[in-house]
Amino acid sequence: MKLKPGWAELPVFRRRFIYLSIFAAVVFLLLILRLWYLQGVRSEYYQQLAEKNRSRFLPVEAPRGYVYDRNGNLLLDNRPAFDIVALRQEVEDPERLFAQLAPLLDVPVPLLRERWVRGKKQPRYQPVLLAGDVNRDCVDRVQENSVHLPGVLVEVKPLRAYPYGELASHLFGYLGMISEQELRSAAFVGYRPDALVGRAGLEREFESYLRGIDGERRVEVDVRGRELRILNLVTPVPGNKVFMTIRRDVQQVAEDAFGDQSGAIVALDVRNGEILALASRPPYGPASFARGINTEEWQTLLNNPRHPMQDKALRGQYPPGSTFKPVTALAALQSGSVNADFSVDCKGSFELGPAAYRCWKKEGHGPTDLKKAMRESCDVWFYQAGVATGIDQLAKMAFALGLGKELGFSLDTERSGLIPTQQWKKRRFNDRWYDGETVIAAIGQGYVLTTPLQLAVMTAAIANGGKVWRPRAVNRVESLDGETLFATEPEMLIDTALDPRALKAVQQGMEAVVNESGGTGWAARLAGIRVAGKTGTAQVVRRKSDEEEERSQGEEIPYQFRDHALFIAYAPAQNPEIAVAVVVEHGEHGSSAAAPIVRAVLASYFDSADSKPERKR
Amino acid sequence: MFDRRLLTNFDWVLVLIVLLLATAGVVNLYSATSSEAVHSPFYLKQLTWIGVGLVIALGVSLFDYRHLQYASFYLYAINLLLLLFVLVAGENRMGATRWIRLGFMNMQPSELMKIVIIIALAYYLSERSSLFGFSLLELTIPLALIGVPVVMIMKQPDLGTALMVVFIGGTMGMFAGIKKPALIFLGGSGGLLAVGGWFLLHAYQKRRIMTFLNPELDPLGAGYHIIQSKIAVGSGGFWGRGYMHGTQSQLSFLPERHTDFAFSVFAEEWGFSGSFLLLVLYLLLILWGIYIARVAADPFGMFLAVGVTAMLFWHIVVNLAMVIGLLPVVGVPLPLFSYGGTSMVTTMLGVGVLLNVSMRRFVF
Repeated sequence: MKLKPGWAELPVFRRRFIYLSIFAAVVFLLLILRLWYLQGVRSEYYQQLAEKNRSRFLPVEAPRGYVYDRNGNLLLDNRPAFDIVALRQEVEDPERLFAQLAPLLDVPVPLLRERWVRGKKQPRYQPVLLAGDVNRDCVDRVQENSVHLPGVLVEVKPLRAYPYGELASHLFGYLGMISEQELRSAAFVGYRPDALVGRAGLEREFESYLRGIDGERRVEVDVRGRELRILNLVTPVPGNKVFMTIRRDVQQVAEDAFGDQSGAIVALDVRNGEILALASRPPYGPASFARGINTEEWQTLLNNPRHPMQDKALRGQYPPGSTFKPVTALAALQSGSVNADFSVDCKGSFELGPAAYRCWKKEGHGPTDLKKAMRESCDVWFYQAGVATGIDQLAKMAFALGLGKELGFSLDTERSGLIPTQQWKKRRFNDRWYDGETVIAAIGQGYVLTTPLQLAVMTAAIANGGKVWRPRAVNRVESLDGETLFATEPEMLIDTALDPRALKAVQQGMEAVVNESGGTGWAARLAGIRVAGKTGTAQVVRRKSDEEEERSQGEEIPYQFRDHALFIAYAPAQNPEIAVAVVVEHGEHGSSAAAPIVRAVLASYFDSADSKPERKR
Repeated sequence: MFDRRLLTNFDWVLVLIVLLLATAGVVNLYSATSSEAVHSPFYLKQLTWIGVGLVIALGVSLFDYRHLQYASFYLYAINLLLLLFVLVAGENRMGATRWIRLGFMNMQPSELMKIVIIIALAYYLSERSSLFGFSLLELTIPLALIGVPVVMIMKQPDLGTALMVVFIGGTMGMFAGIKKPALIFLGGSGGLLAVGGWFLLHAYQKRRIMTFLNPELDPLGAGYHIIQSKIAVGSGGFWGRGYMHGTQSQLSFLPERHTDFAFSVFAEEWGFSGSFLLLVLYLLLILWGIYIARVAADPFGMFLAVGVTAMLFWHIVVNLAMVIGLLPVVGVPLPLFSYGGTSMVTTMLGVGVLLNVSMRRFVF
C-alpha cells in the first residue's frame, strides 16, 4: 500500500516529525546541560587539573659538597650521571619497550620489567628509572633511537665522584638510599624518597653540611613529557666544602705501601692530633655505593674474610705486642720501680715461680739495659720491669698515653681497646690478678688490646712529652662563599707530666730501634730525618711449645694464624711532627712487614711537607 | 531540462548553516594544530576538503534524487563488494583494516555505506511504508540490509561506523513506524545482542567501555582520552581561555585533538558561551533537516532526508557526548568540524542529498 500525495500532512506523520524534533532538541539540551556542568559548575576543578597537567614540579638534585685535603686538593667531587628513565603516561606497550631497550641498555628484559613494576609505586609524574648511571655510549644509543622510544628520556644528575678511587674510603664513608624509617624521622625532613644519604664516615657525620639544598624546576610539558619551557627555576644549592686534615699524597702513599696486605695505618700530627693519613686495608669501592649497591656486591663485601667494610684503624683491636714496650718502660721508670740504669742478663727466658717466659730470642740477649732492650726488643727486661712495676702502674701509664679508651674521633665509632687492671680482672672474671699476667701484659700480650688509632695517639704522646690530643680528621667546613661554618680546634684530652729523664730514656731507646745497628726498626730509617720507632709482633694464636715449633719448622703457617706485624714511629726525633702507627694483619714481623710502610709514609710526609694544592676548585 | 524553479528553491539556509559550521571547524583546526610542525598545515588541507565537499554536495543536488531509487540496489551491492574487498585485501592501519588504496586517495567503503544504507532503506521503506507501521516479518529485509554491512564493518573492526549504520537504520525504521510487538521484540533482542556482543568486542573496545564507566580505572591508559578531554572542556569555563590559548590543546595533552576531539579544543578556547552557540547551530542543522523531510515531495525524498538527518544527528551527538564524557570513546568524528577528508566527503554527500530533496520539494 503506497503512500499517496498529501501523506506528509497526515496526523500520524506530523506527529512523527514533531517527535523527531522534540527528541533532537531534548538530546541537545542534555548535551548543553552537561557542558554547563563541566564548564560552569565544575570549571574551577578542571582548571586546577589543567594547571597540573601542563606544569610539572621536578626536583633538581643538589650536588653534594666537595671535600678537600688540608692543602686544598680536591678529594671528592661530583660528576654528571646519566639515567635512562621512562615516563609512564607515555609508554603504551611496556613489554615492547623492554624488548627494544634491553639491547640498547644491555640490561636483561626481566630486570627492566622489575624496575618498571617498582617504579609504578611512585607518584605517576615521577619518571621510572630503567637504568641508572649509564655510560656515554649507552646514552648515545638511546638518543639515536629516541624516535622509536616514546616516553624514554635521559636525565642528568650529579653523583658523588671519587677522583682517587678507593683512597681513604673508610674516612669518607659511603652513600646509600635513604630508608623509609629515616624518611619518617625528624632528622631527615625534606629528603626525597630516593635521596642518597651518608651511611658511614665523613659522609654520614657531616651529612647536614655536605647535603645541598635541592632545587626545583617547574616546567611546562606537553603530553610526551617533553619540556617546552621553564616556568620557574629554583637552582639547587650545592653542599658545603669540607676541608679535612689529611694530606692526599701521604694518604695515597700509605695505602699503596700496603700492597695486597690487610691492616691499618694512622699518621697524625703530634702537635695537635690532626690526622694526616688514616687507612684501613683492604678498601672498598665507595663509588659502587653512590649508585646503589646490589645485594650481590654487598654480600661479597660482607663475606670477604679480610673485612673491607670494617675500619680497622678505629675498630680493629690488636694486641700491641712490643709496641707496648715504651709504655712499660715509662711506667717502670716513672713509678720508680726500676731506675734508668736497670739492666738484666737475658738468657732467653724469665722464670717466675714455676713458669718460664721466653724471650723471642732463644739464645738470649746477654746483659741488657733499657736502650738495648728497646733496640733489640728484649722481652726479659720488660718482664722483669713489668713485674716490678705491677699491672695497675702499667695500666695507669697506658691510660695516660691514650690507650684503653675511645678517643672521641668524630667520623666513626671507635673501639676502646683493653688495658687490664686488677679491678678489671675482678669485675670481668671475678678472679685475682696473677703476676704471670703482668709479665705478658708488659710486652703487650695477654689481655691488652689497642686500636691502630690509639697506638698512633700513644706514639704522639711519647713524642710530644705526654700530651694526648683528640684525633681529628676534619679541619673546617666552609660555605660556598668561603665563610667558615664549622671548625675544629686542637683538644688536649690528657696532659701527663712525664718524668723528663724517663721520657728521654724511652725516646732514645726508640731512636736506637731505627738508627743503631742491631735495631729492629732499621727498615724505617730515613735519610736526613732521624726517626724514632718501635717494632711489634702480635701473636694471633698461643705461642707454641718448643717441640711444636721444631716440628713445624720449615712449614708455612696458614695466613690466618700468622702473627700481626706492627710498627710505631715518630719523626723528626728531636723536634717531632708526625707519629705513625701501622698494623699489618698476619704480616708476621714488624721489622720486615710494617716498618717499610712507615718509612714510605714518613718519606712522603717530609718529601713535600708544605706541598701546594695540585688542583683546586 | 534544467528547471528554473530549482534555483529559486535552492536551500540557502542549509548551505549557510553548513558553511558556518565548516568555517568554525577550520578556525578551530588552525588553533588545534598550530603546535604541530607539519609541512602542509591541517587547516589548509581541511579547506581543500571543504571545497571538494561543496562541489560534491552541489553535484549531488544537480540530478533528480528520484533516479537514486533505481540505482539503490546496485549502489548497495557494489558497496557490499567493496566492504568484502576491504576484508580480504584492505590496507591495514593502526590495527584496523578500513581502507582501499586508490591512486590519489584512500577510500573507506564503510563510510560510503552510511550514505548507501540511507538510499537503500529510503527506497525500501518508501515502497512498503503504510500508516500502520511494519510488522516483524516485514522488517526482515530492512534488518538484513542493515545487518550484513554492519557485521562486515564490525569485522574490520570499526565499532563506531557500525554503530552509526545501526543508528541511522534504526532511526529510519522507527520513523517509518514499527508495530508494537515487533518493537518489543527488537528491543529485547537488541539488548541480548548487546550482552552477547560484549564477548565479541576487541580487548581495546571493552577497555574503552569499562573505562568510560570508570575512567579513573586507568587514567593514563584507556581512560586518558576521556579524562583529558573533560579537563580541556571543563577548564574552558564560561568564556573560554581565548582563541589559540587553550593550554590543554596547545600542549598536546588532548589526544586526537584535530579529529575526534576537535570539539574539546573549541570548548576549551571558547568556553561555554562558544560551545553553546555551536550546539545551537548544530541543532538548527538537524531541525532544518527534519523540516526538509517534512516538506519533501515524495516518501522517498522524505526518508532520504530523515536518513541523512539521522546520520548527522547521531554523529554529532555521539561525538559530543564522547568528548564531554557522556559516552565511551568510539571513533566518531564531528561532522563538518573534525579534520578529515573522509568524514567531510560523507557529510557533504549527505548535505547534497538534503539540498537535492529540498530544492525539488515543489517539483510535482
